[in-house]
Order: sequence, then C-alpha cells, then structure tokens
Amino acid sequence: MPETATAVRELTFGEAIREALAEELRRDPRVVLLGEDVAEAGTAFKVLKGLVEEFGKDRVIDTPISEPGFTGLAVGAAMTGMRPIVDIMFGDFMALIMDQVVNQAAKVHYMSGGKWKVPLVVRATMGATRRSAAQHSQSLHAWPSHVPGLKVVVPSTPHDAKGLLKSAIRDDNPVVFFEDKISYAKVKGPVPDGDYTIPLGVADVKREGRDITLVATSSMVQVALGAATMLEEVGISAEVVDPRTMWPLDEKTLVESVRKTSRAMVIDEGYFRYGVTGEIASVIAEGAFYDLDGPVRRLGARHVPVPFSPALEDATVPTERAVFELARKMCNKS
Amino acid sequence: MGDTYGSRRLKPARYRCGIVDQPGGRLTPRFGSLCMTIATRQTAAGLDVDKLLRMYRQMTAIRLFEERVNDLYTRALMPGLAHLYIGEEAVAVGICEALRPDDYITSTHRGHGHCLAKGAAPRLMFAELLGKEAGYCKGKGGSMHIADPATGNLGANAIVAGGAGIATGAAFSSKYLGTGRMAVCFFGEGALGQGVLYETMNMAQLWKLPVLYACENNLYNEYTHYSETTAGDMLARPAAFGIAAESVDGQNVRAVHTAASAMVERARRGDGPGFLLLNTYRYRGHHVGDVAREYYRSKQEEQRWMTERDPIALHGEWLVAEGLADRATLDRIHAEVAAEMDAAVEFALNAPYPDPGRVDEDVYA
Ligand SMILES: Cc1ncc(C[n+]2csc(CCOP(=O)(O)OP(=O)(O)O)c2C)c(N)n1
Repeated sequence: MPETATAVRELTFGEAIREALAEELRRDPRVVLLGEDVAEAGTAFKVLKGLVEEFGKDRVIDTPISEPGFTGLAVGAAMTGMRPIVDIMFGDFMALIMDQVVNQAAKVHYMSGGKWKVPLVVRATMGATRRSAAQHSQSLHAWPSHVPGLKVVVPSTPHDAKGLLKSAIRDDNPVVFFEDKISYAKVKGPVPDGDYTIPLGVADVKREGRDITLVATSSMVQVALGAATMLEEVGISAEVVDPRTMWPLDEKTLVESVRKTSRAMVIDEGYFRYGVTGEIASVIAEGAFYDLDGPVRRLGARHVPVPFSPALEDATVPTERAVFELARKMCNKS
Repeated sequence: MGDTYGSRRLKPARYRCGIVDQPGGRLTPRFGSLCMTIATRQTAAGLDVDKLLRMYRQMTAIRLFEERVNDLYTRALMPGLAHLYIGEEAVAVGICEALRPDDYITSTHRGHGHCLAKGAAPRLMFAELLGKEAGYCKGKGGSMHIADPATGNLGANAIVAGGAGIATGAAFSSKYLGTGRMAVCFFGEGALGQGVLYETMNMAQLWKLPVLYACENNLYNEYTHYSETTAGDMLARPAAFGIAAESVDGQNVRAVHTAASAMVERARRGDGPGFLLLNTYRYRGHHVGDVAREYYRSKQEEQRWMTERDPIALHGEWLVAEGLADRATLDRIHAEVAAEMDAAVEFALNAPYPDPGRVDEDVYA
C-alpha cells in the first residue's frame, strides 16, 4: 500500500471523505465537485462543509435538481480534460442517473475503441435505518457492479474511505463510490494525515480468524466485527474480510480466507435477491468448493421496499445478532 | 434568407461581380482524405468561394457515402443496420463549416453525416461500419458509435438525447479550462421528448456555456410524425430558458451556415448557448431496412422533398446561377468524390476483422 502519510488521528467516516476531497481539490485543478447543495450547505449530510470556502463556487458547484443532467454533463467534462466528482445525495437516485452511468460513462471507452476516457467519480450514499422510508434508504451498489466499464467502491472505515476515494479520483475510469449514511458520523477511526492511496481491487482482512469467514461490505463490516466479538465469547474464531471494492473484486483474498476457515457467510445491506451476496457466494463456491464444510450462507436486506416504521425497518437489515446466530449454527455450536 | 454569411464580413470585394483570387494558396487540412489545395477566393458579396464549393463537395461526400452504405446493406455485406442521413446533408455541413477543427460535436444514431462533416475519413468510417479492426473504434462501435478525438467527435450516440449531457459537459470544460472550444449537440426532434435535454439546456444557459443545440426536425420520430409527439411550439422550449433560438431552412446550406456561424460566434464570446431548429427531411427509411413506409408517409411527400428541396441540387444550382461554378466543375467534384468513396469501400471490404482475442480490451482505461 503506497502510504506516505505520517501522523494518525481519529476522524469520522464523513471527515475522512471531506479530507480526501479537499486534498484532491488542492492537488489537481481539474477536479471539481458538482451536485445539489454542495457549496454553502456542504450537502444534506454536511460532509462537504467548508470546501466552498477554500475552493470557491467555481469548483464546488451547486447544480439544479437535475441528476441525469449534471451527471451527463460531468461525463462530457471528464472526456474533455476534467476530473469531475458528482454528488448523488441519496443512492436511491441512482435510478435517475442510470442512463448516464450505464449507457454513457461505462461504454464510452469501449465503444470508442479505447480512444475516449471518462475519469469521473459518482459519489452516492447508501444504507437504511434512518427512518427515511422506501425512496431514501436503499443500498443499490449491486446495480453499477453489474455493468462492465464501471468500478464500484464500498468503503467501511474512515481510513479506507480516504485512501480509496483518492484512488477513485485519480482513476481514468468512471467510479461509483458508495458512502454509508449512518457511518458518516457514527464510524470513527484512525486516519493518516496527508496523502495516501489504497488501490481499487484489494480486499482487507479486518479481523483474522480460523473457524468461519464473514465477508462483509460497507455498513455490514461493523456488524460483522460486532458479531465476531460475540462469537469469540462462545469459542468461535471468525475472520472478517472486507472486499472494499465490488469491482474490481479481489477474488483471491476471499477464496484464500475461506480455504483456511472452510466456512463462509456473506453479509451485505443491498437487497438479498440477485445481488452482491449471491455474486460473492458463487465466487467462493467456485474457488473454494472442496475446502467448504457446508454451503455458503448469505444475509442481505429483506426483499421488501424499506419500510418507515422502526419496528418494521429494523427487521429488514442484517444485525449482529442475526450474523452471530447463523454463524454459530454453521459451526455446529448452537 | 440572404447570404450574409455570418456576422463576420469578409474582405471587401474589388469587383462588382465575379471572383477575386487571393494571393497565396491555403491548405484545408481538416477534410482528411477530401483534402485539397485551393486559393482563397471571394465573391462580390464577400463570400468565400472555396468554402461554398467545399460545402458542395462535403454534402456530395455524405450523399455518396450513404448510398454506398445502403448498397453494402442490400448486398448483405454490412452487419446490422444503419440510419441514413440522405436529404439532411446541409445541416451537418452548414454547421460544421462554422466550427474549428478542435471544436467538439456529439452525434446521433443518424450520425454518418455529422462525423464526415467534422472531418472523419470515409475509409475509417466504412471500416467501422463493417466491423473491421481498422475502423474508428476498432470495430467495437459500429455505425451508431463513431468517435474520434482527432476531429473533436465525442461520439455518435444510440440513446436518443444521449449526447446532451456530453456536449454540454464538453462546453463546461471548455469554459472552465479556457480553451475557447465550442460544442455542438446534434439531435433529432424526437430528442425533444427527453428530459435530460432540458436539464442540460438549463445549466448551459445558467452557466453561459459555449454549446449549440442543433435540432434536426426531419418530421418523423422513427415512424411517427412529430406532431403526434410534440406539444406546443418547439422554439418556445429553448426560449423558456432564455436561450437564443432560431428556425432555419435545413435544405439551404448557406442559410444553415449563416445561422450557425452567428450562434457559434456569440457562444464563443461568452453570451451563452444557442438552439437551431433545422427543418429538413430524411429521404430514406428510418433505417436501411425500413422500406415499406407508406403507412406513415406518402411517396408523393418524399418525392416532393427530393425534387424540390434537395440541398445538394439547390446549392449546385445556386453556385451555377451565381457564376461561381459551372456544371462541369460540379460534375467533376461528384466524380472525384465517387472515386474516393469507392476506394474507401474497397479498403474497408479488404480490411481484416479484429482478432476475437481483443474482445476484452478497452473495457477499462
Ligand atoms: C432513449 C431512446 N428511446 C428510444 C430509442 C429508439 N429510437 C431510435 S431512433 C428513434 C427515433 C428518433 O427520432 P429523432 O430523434 O427525431 O431522430 P431521427 O431518427 O428522426 O433522425 C427511436 C425512438 C432510442 N434509441 N433511445
């Protein structure tokens, strides 16, 4: 990992993202931020607070409420010498920008026989349990992951968020970068001061273990780590692997971990069906079948639109308890 | 529409009529294989004779290119389909003649004319249409996706209004980076049904971006007359954003060029985007396979446009009437272009297909 940074402080997930953006805006004049309420308001989540004061309204640009329009505009700007970053306030609005992302950004390089490039970053949020109901709570990172030509990043810690976002901005391809809304303020962690990058396509073992591999993404990494602590108390040693990027996917690290532990569970906040957990489970099954003690198990968001009532919403997202119970069963220690 | 030829008047004429030869020949390198050395000459009214002749040549090139595309299709030598630009040549040529070589365009599914007018080489276009390695996109794009950074072609786009974001974004970077480049977004009137067009026009006017929205009204969205899909006055739409908008006879290349030149000049000056509604007609089907068309338009209608409103014939007649060219000159241009197109087809037919092993290349930069 090309880490040159020195001092390490505790930052929140949101602060780490802001720091990465500020450093990249400072480093490269071609970088601009476009989105709704990104300037003085610093977005609805205040993640960009302070950036407009340093970089001005020419580089931190408030757009009309036109997600397809400003995403499309950013595709064209990226092709012609800039490195735009667009801010999609709620990941649910991926549904609005899919044509620009899927039919334009993802295809330009290939369709032009490699002649045009699209160094674009789409930052979008994800994650439920904020009582925001069905149109402001989805985790749709499986969608762009399905499409060749895109890279998809799902950071889980402040350290990873900063290093991965810098790599995304410096990448010559369109990258969709998903930020968990709950993590913005809730997840804190050590972040090196200054410049460092984390390559896209390299998983990280967040906790080593022997008995079971918990593959977890984004918000679910904290859940898996919590479950691992609970499992330790009943004598089960869980390894937690965070792929960090959906594509490129570090299949090697996932498969090696499962070969060692012989059991695997995949936990993701996206919809359970036809999604991330299914893809990763099959990668593991294909790569580690003869080392497995049993089928790969999966936990994802319940296959319903995210409900509003806390009583209902909390039943849709995998919890530490659910991971713990399932893992214990898989290890025959129930 | 008079031939004022843009707002930039050229040098005053020395004679009341006839042609003034300027000393020193000038190269016109942007026309690729159509390139030729000619002297700069002007008419009495200050018109650039070479440009007028070049526009005739370029329109002829598009026409003869497209006729060969149709021929390749009917002889089953071309994979897939193609959307021919025949009948609309004056639009692409009149506009692209108002651009610099480093200006940008985005094109459409009916894009061959735009690409050629912006300087694409016919043989590399044919090679792409036939799926050959030598093509503009190494055979990965095909008819609807010709792209070429060297001529500022950001790509033809098979999503209706798909170029709106890209062209507006190119204008955005032109302004941000201070390159002075213009972007032209070509689209058919069918794209007026797409929301993203209005989103980007709004931003273009808010931020005074150097982009020209070129709406080619050829009367039909695929197989449906535009009046069945388009409410109100088309020009009222850009006007709602305060965008300078004008309706132009799209069969008159000089009128198109005059209007485009004025729009380009004001946009480059920083006065904001422009919108041209170019009234035109496609002679052929929506695509090469659309031959039985009488359920949506009559043969008489087609015939009327072809005989009365043909952009090449009209411009040729004007050149002859003005004494700027004789029939023999026009015939010679036609013959030269035909020979070049035949050679280009030959090149493409003989060019090899890409190695299947290259299918995974160029997915990521
Ligand atoms: C978003 C989208 N919807 C539908 C189509 C299918 N389609 C291809 S061309 C076309 C008609 C376009 O009409 P217009 O924009 O007027 O262009 P023209 O073909 O007349 O040049 C349609 C509907 C498409 N390519 N993209």
